[in-house]
Parts: sequence; C-alpha cells; structure tokens
Amino acid sequence: MCGIVGLYLKNPNLYEKLGEHLQTMLVGMTERGPDSAGFAVYGDQLSAGLVKLTLYDPAQATNWDGLAHRLQDDLNATAEVTARASHAVLIADTTHDAVANWLRTYAPAIRVMSHGDRIEIYKDMGLPVDVANRFGLAAMVGSHGIGHTRMATESAVTTEHSHPFIAGADLCLVHNGSLSNYNRLRAWLSRRGRIFATDNDSEVAAQYFAFRLGQGLPLSEALRAGLRDLDGFYTFAVGTRDGFAVLRDGIACKPAVLAENDDWVAMASEFRSLSALPGIDRARVWEPAPAVVYSWEAERMDRAA
Amino acid sequence: MTVQDSITVDLAEVSVRDLNQRLHHLTDGGDADWQILNPRGQHAIAVGLMDPVQITIDGPVGYYCGGMNQNAQIVVNGHSGWGVAENIMSGVVRVRGNASESAAATGRAGLVVIEGDASSRCGVSMKGVDIVVGGSVGHMSGFLAQTGRMAVCGDAGADLGSSIYEAVIYVRGDVESLGADCIEKEMTDAHISELAELLTRAEVAADPSEFRRYGSARNLYHFKVDHADAY
Repeated sequence: MCGIVGLYLKNPNLYEKLGEHLQTMLVGMTERGPDSAGFAVYGDQLSAGLVKLTLYDPAQATNWDGLAHRLQDDLNATAEVTARASHAVLIADTTHDAVANWLRTYAPAIRVMSHGDRIEIYKDMGLPVDVANRFGLAAMVGSHGIGHTRMATESAVTTEHSHPFIAGADLCLVHNGSLSNYNRLRAWLSRRGRIFATDNDSEVAAQYFAFRLGQGLPLSEALRAGLRDLDGFYTFAVGTRDGFAVLRDGIACKPAVLAENDDWVAMASEFRSLSALPGIDRARVWEPAPAVVYSWEAERMDRAA
Repeated sequence: MTVQDSITVDLAEVSVRDLNQRLHHLTDGGDADWQILNPRGQHAIAVGLMDPVQITIDGPVGYYCGGMNQNAQIVVNGHSGWGVAENIMSGVVRVRGNASESAAATGRAGLVVIEGDASSRCGVSMKGVDIVVGGSVGHMSGFLAQTGRMAVCGDAGADLGSSIYEAVIYVRGDVESLGADCIEKEMTDAHISELAELLTRAEVAADPSEFRRYGSARNLYHFKVDHADAY
C-alpha cells in the first residue's frame, strides 16, 4: 500500500496555493504510507540557457554556497543555490550533464533528485506531514505537482528509495503497487545505457518511460507501451514540464480517483485527499478505467509568458 | 429508554470509532434517525450495524461504509470508496453518487443501490444480495457471483460475470464482454416481473423490458475427462 496524489492547476490564480493544497492532499494519504514521503513541484520556467537541479546530501554536511562557488569556478558558469533541509536547489547557466559530471568528481556523495527547467523534487523518511513541513511545501508556488506517501514493500526505507523518481528532464513518476518483472527489465534497460540509482521497482518504471521517451515516443504512447512491458500492479501518476498523466494496469487493483473542474485536475489514491480542494463539491469525480492513459497538457496560459 | 427523533453526529468533531461504538450500543437512539455530517471520505463509517436504524451520511465516504450491515437503512449523500456494503447481511445501503470498486462484495442478502456508476468488480462473489446500479458498472463485475441479483441500468465493462454460479445479472445497456462461462439467457415474462419488483424496491426508474439477462452456462461446474491432461 502507498498513497499517491497529483494536482494540475488550470487557473493561474491558484498557483500561489499549489503547495498548500498539495500538502493537504499528501497528508491525507498518511495511513497509506507512513514510512516516507516526497513530492515534485513545477514552478516558473527558467530563462533559456539555465538549468535547475535539486540536490540531496545524505550526510547533510555540504556547504552549499561553497559548492556553488567551486562549481562557478570549475565550469566557468554562474550558479545560485538555495538550501531546504537536506536538499538544495541549484540554478546554473550550464547543462545538466555538465553539473552531473562535475558532481561525480567533486562531490560524489551528492545525489541529483531532479533536473530540468521547472521541476523540484523533495523526499525524505518520516511521516508525510513532517516531510512536507521540513521542506516548506505549503509555501511553494507552481502550476502542478505530484506526491507520494510510501509503505515500503520492494526495497529499503531510505530517502533515495522514496518517490517521486526522476525519469528525465522535468519528468517524474510516483507509483502505488509493485512490479514483478522489474529485475529483468532493469537488466534490459541497463544494457541500453540507463543508469540506476537504487534497487527500487518504481525506479525501473521511471527509467523505462524515460527510455521510451528517448526513443521519440510522446508521453501517452510511452505509457501505453508500459502496459505491455511492465508486469505487476500499478497506478502511476506522472508529471511532465507542462502536463500530468495517470495510468492503471489492466486489472486495476490499485485505487485511483480523479476529479476535475474548470480550475484544476486532481488525482489521489483515495477521495480523502481530494475532500478539501476548493470546488470539490461541484467537480466531476470518477475512477480511471484500467489500461487507459489519462493526460492533461498545456491547457493553460503559461505563467512565464 | 428515551425516544428521540433525530441524532446528529459531526465527524469533524467525533471519530468514526466513537460513532460506530454508539451505533453498536444503541441504548438511547434505537428509534431515532441518525444524521452523520462531514464524513470527508473516512473509512468504515456505520460498519457492522445490527439494529433497524435509519442513517443518513451527508457527503462522500471512504472504504467499507455499511459493511456487514444487518437491518439498518443507510443512505450516503455522496460517493463511496471501495467495498461499500461489503458482506451485507440484510437492510439497505443506498449511495446517491458513484461507488468505487467491489461494491456489495460477498453480500449475503439485503439491498444495495448505487444511483450513479459502480466501478470494477461490483458484486464480486455476491452470495444472495440484490444490487441495483443506476449507471454503469466497471470490468469484472459479478466475478464469481454465487446467488442474488444485479441490475445495471447503464453499461457493463469487460468480463461481466466471469465464473458466475447461480446469480442473475440484468443489464440494460451494452456489455463490453462476457467473462468465462457467462452467457446471455432468455428474458421471460417471469424475469421481467421479477426485475420490475426489484427496480421498484430500489426506487430506480427504468423499463424492465429493456434489460437483457445473463447467467452461468454451467460448463465450469463439472470435471470433464476430455480435459484431464489440462489439470
């Protein structure tokens, strides 16, 4: 059992409230996953030429300002860093690959939790309310976000094994369920160049979709390919730079409820997490059908435009 | 015993456990109507009731609402989560919105009415309960249904009535596909009048002559020596 939530705002007037609503939804899934929690928030798009990475230091011993200065000098780039508990958001005028390669040499203990030009990912052990408060979720601003509360089954309870899992630039995934063919799939993906950070089954799903997207498939087609190749139980919620998608397996043993009105689309494992959203009384509420991809993309004015 | 007309319990102030304990030990409200406010999708509301009380729940409920019910009349003014009225023994559970998966699963008797849509596996392993769905049901509904009746006014998803025993399923709309050993059967005048009685009791307006009837082909009932190698 785990809990997953997603909130995709169509009305930009609500962007200021994204974190507040996402926190309420996340905390509503505490009973489904008290081991750890995590969330991805999509904020303003960066200017061209900049990249944003969310970094995590397991030892919590990094001088983030010092790291940014060193990176500036070594890569001849400008870099800004903002620390939030064990995580830090780094914005630099270089590429993700350049930063990741530099980190491997200069600070190999540091993990990259997300990269892109909108996404930030925060995750940690503990009750969802504690994790959300630790990172200040309620005050975060953005257009959409997804979250996960974990009851661990397939791998250890650590920060790295918590969700969401990144699957490429501005792309992440949360999973409720368990996959049965993930070891074989991980070997198959490894042979095709994917590098794994954990032994978690959900990370295999994220890497699988990243691989399919890398082959040029649109997100909906990549998810449909997963229906064929991923064996097991799942409800996935996927966040992209401008979109949000939900997929359940063909048996649909793992719960999911969707709700939509003119202002937002929301998804949760259970209705409990939707019950406090503004306008929920008048929203259309339904369960996603098995093996059907539901996706929303760019239905709104871009805030940065 | 004091007889009261109405008792209101606000689940924003009282826990579900406290509410259920009061409903299990009806010393003061046996003849009263109960009004439950602010359920907010919480689980196991009004489970295991033994007395013929009238319960109205004002809003969406979570899992297992009205489970194992005996005698109580429960109305949910909202949606319900998984397993509403699971293993109901008697009485009535009515959901005025949509129901999630496994509605009335393993129900023994009584009546379950879903005025909106029911999701997957509605009536799974039902054992005598009557189920009336105003909208549609999802895939694998009536899976392993043993006895009882299910009437669906809308459509049915894939694999309807898979491995069904002696339960009867009436569907007015389209059936995406029939499950193993489930077949369409003749709709006689006797079936139409039986269905009319069920719809009337459920207070659901639908013309019984527009329904089709489904049940077991009974091919899975018997060991077939021709297939011995397959076992």
